[in-house]
Amino acid sequence: MKQVKIFGRFVKDGIRVATHGNTTYHIWMGTLTLLMLAATYAYSIQIQEGLIVTGMNDRISWGLYISNFTFLVGVAAAAVMLILPTYILKDVDFKQAVLIGEGLAVAALLMCLAFVVIDLGGPARAWHLIPVIGYFNFPNSLLAWDVIVLNGYLILNVTIPFYILFCHYKGIEPKKSIYLPGVFLSVFWAVGIHLVTAFLYAGLPARPFWNSSLLGPRFLASAFAAGPALIILILGFVRKHSDFKVSDNALQKIALIVTVAAQINLVMLFSELFKEFYAPTHHSQSATYLFFGLEGKGSLVPWIWTGITFNVIATIMLTVHFIRGNFRLLKLACGLLFVGIWIEKGLGLIVPGFIPGPWGKVVEYSPSWIEILITLGVWAFGAFVFTALAKVTIAIETGKLRYKNASEMLAS
Amino acid sequence: MNKKMSRRGAFSAITKGLLVGAGMAQTACSLTSDENDRTDSQMKWEEYFKKNYRLMTDPEKSSTVQRLTSLYERRTGKHVNIGTEGAEENVLYGYAFNISKCKGYMDCVNACVKENNQDRSTQMQYIRIHEIENGQINFEGADDSFYHEVPAAGHFYLGTQCYHCENPPCVDVCPVGATWQEEDGIVVIDYDWCIGCRYCMAACPYDGRRFNWKKPEVPEPEVNLVQHYLGNRLRKKGVMEKCTFCIQRSRKGKNPACVEACPTGARTFGNLLDPKSQIRWVLENKKVFRLKEDLGTEPKFWYYMD
Repeated sequence: MKQVKIFGRFVKDGIRVATHGNTTYHIWMGTLTLLMLAATYAYSIQIQEGLIVTGMNDRISWGLYISNFTFLVGVAAAAVMLILPTYILKDVDFKQAVLIGEGLAVAALLMCLAFVVIDLGGPARAWHLIPVIGYFNFPNSLLAWDVIVLNGYLILNVTIPFYILFCHYKGIEPKKSIYLPGVFLSVFWAVGIHLVTAFLYAGLPARPFWNSSLLGPRFLASAFAAGPALIILILGFVRKHSDFKVSDNALQKIALIVTVAAQINLVMLFSELFKEFYAPTHHSQSATYLFFGLEGKGSLVPWIWTGITFNVIATIMLTVHFIRGNFRLLKLACGLLFVGIWIEKGLGLIVPGFIPGPWGKVVEYSPSWIEILITLGVWAFGAFVFTALAKVTIAIETGKLRYKNASEMLAS
Repeated sequence: MNKKMSRRGAFSAITKGLLVGAGMAQTACSLTSDENDRTDSQMKWEEYFKKNYRLMTDPEKSSTVQRLTSLYERRTGKHVNIGTEGAEENVLYGYAFNISKCKGYMDCVNACVKENNQDRSTQMQYIRIHEIENGQINFEGADDSFYHEVPAAGHFYLGTQCYHCENPPCVDVCPVGATWQEEDGIVVIDYDWCIGCRYCMAACPYDGRRFNWKKPEVPEPEVNLVQHYLGNRLRKKGVMEKCTFCIQRSRKGKNPACVEACPTGARTFGNLLDPKSQIRWVLENKKVFRLKEDLGTEPKFWYYMD
């Protein structure tokens, strides 16, 4: 009974911390709420009219939603790059960062699930996916696998930090025997979510652009570059604007992870480009469309070259020690890398899979305003969830939020 | 158990307001009907919670058909006949297409649209007729949306549609098992079970599948009232559909509408297991080939030339 009472207090305190802050905080959360509301309106139109209000059609049947979904699975998976050193290699430097990383994973996963549901033609029938009461085509469908791994990873990333934070809230040390098994599982699970998502595409011989054995490894490399890059940006912000201590050493270690992952990602990119363009076959047409345009159509050409340029510049910057060591330049490099990978692994990966079509038709795709608005809304939703989670986490980890003195803290 | 919790978590997160009102419009408990007809909403409710067609018992099948017929009758005053005929034994359907004979008249396409109640507003068509320049079978230069007098000089015509593959990639990928291959080889979709994720569309190497991007519209007098549950019955917004070899016709021993409509005799349909069928004659006496055989999908759709 006492635990339930403490839990009730924990939730109440958490909500109070998440809803209180300075003006900037309220402006930030207010803007996000506004975006979410706008997206809700856009989504209501989509529900009413159908997916016809998007830029998608029978020729290009996946677009901005699935692109963002794919990218965000990578961001979610990247939490493992903090979990592994903290809990398993017992690197103290990462200790503060890891809870933030897990919060980011939760937000990213919720966004993933949102994007998938928003992309459905019949969201009201989504219950058909629930095993037993629905019809779950497991293990045949990779999408069924994805449902399992994403939800499983979400549970892991909610429960582990919750347990640790709840213990800290009560002022006791969390027991390793309770959370370590989950931590070990989540390390493998993180690799799993991204491989499964890659296999979802790689398993389609109908789309030669995706049907590559390199897709899985490349997904991992780009995820372990983009995800931790975002974490660096967030930690940089957090330590500047709160009492949360993140050492330079920790940031530099994460930067090293980003650097290596970005380098490997580039090596894989070049090896893909070599294969597609040294001896181009019929199957290289999608890549030709993406990088150079096909039949006079090439709306993605400037887009992908922007992404590649960002990737290359960021990787060079990260590789040079004194640039990586300079926190300002590091942030710039991380920002470039994050956007570069979002371009390359989002629209740059999904759309060319459909171009040319199975019978050679080149039809281009551009997202509609409704699609863009809904996408922005989902990102705002992710940012909202993450901000709230991070604020509570920081309050607990800096010792400001404790079960005993919680009421005093709020009074002051 | 974990599964259930996580879904709930996912949903509550996503739906915060998103589905309010909007999602409900799609569900059976929608209050959009102007008359407060309790039987109507009761039926819609039951329709919403019905099972995957493959798991239904015969009585369940007939009660859903009853509901669908009566809902349609209430709406339009017309009686619709929705069949549930299953596959017959020793029947495996196959199709052959004579490239030499096709002249691109598109009569097959029009007949298909009428027979199968396809959405007129987006001009959905199951069949694509590709106009290809002589001297190649290369789809890179093919045009499937030509609009001029046919046959065009120096070109030939080739039709594609769902090939009803023996090893269909679309069936494997469906997360909810809303599409499957029947005993007679026809790949079908349960329109009421499909959630509209369009994974099957990405998996099909032959552009055989179509999606209802909006609420399909068929002018009331043009609705074909002779239907099959897995065939040409009216679809809704947000679900997949495709060629079913006109299951409502073929299971009654008739030819699909496209075969019947073709003015040049380019199309042959029949039972591959019947040695006396026309399709068997074609396969045995013509040099036939299939498209994208390297993918191992084993289409039951052959091409040949005279």
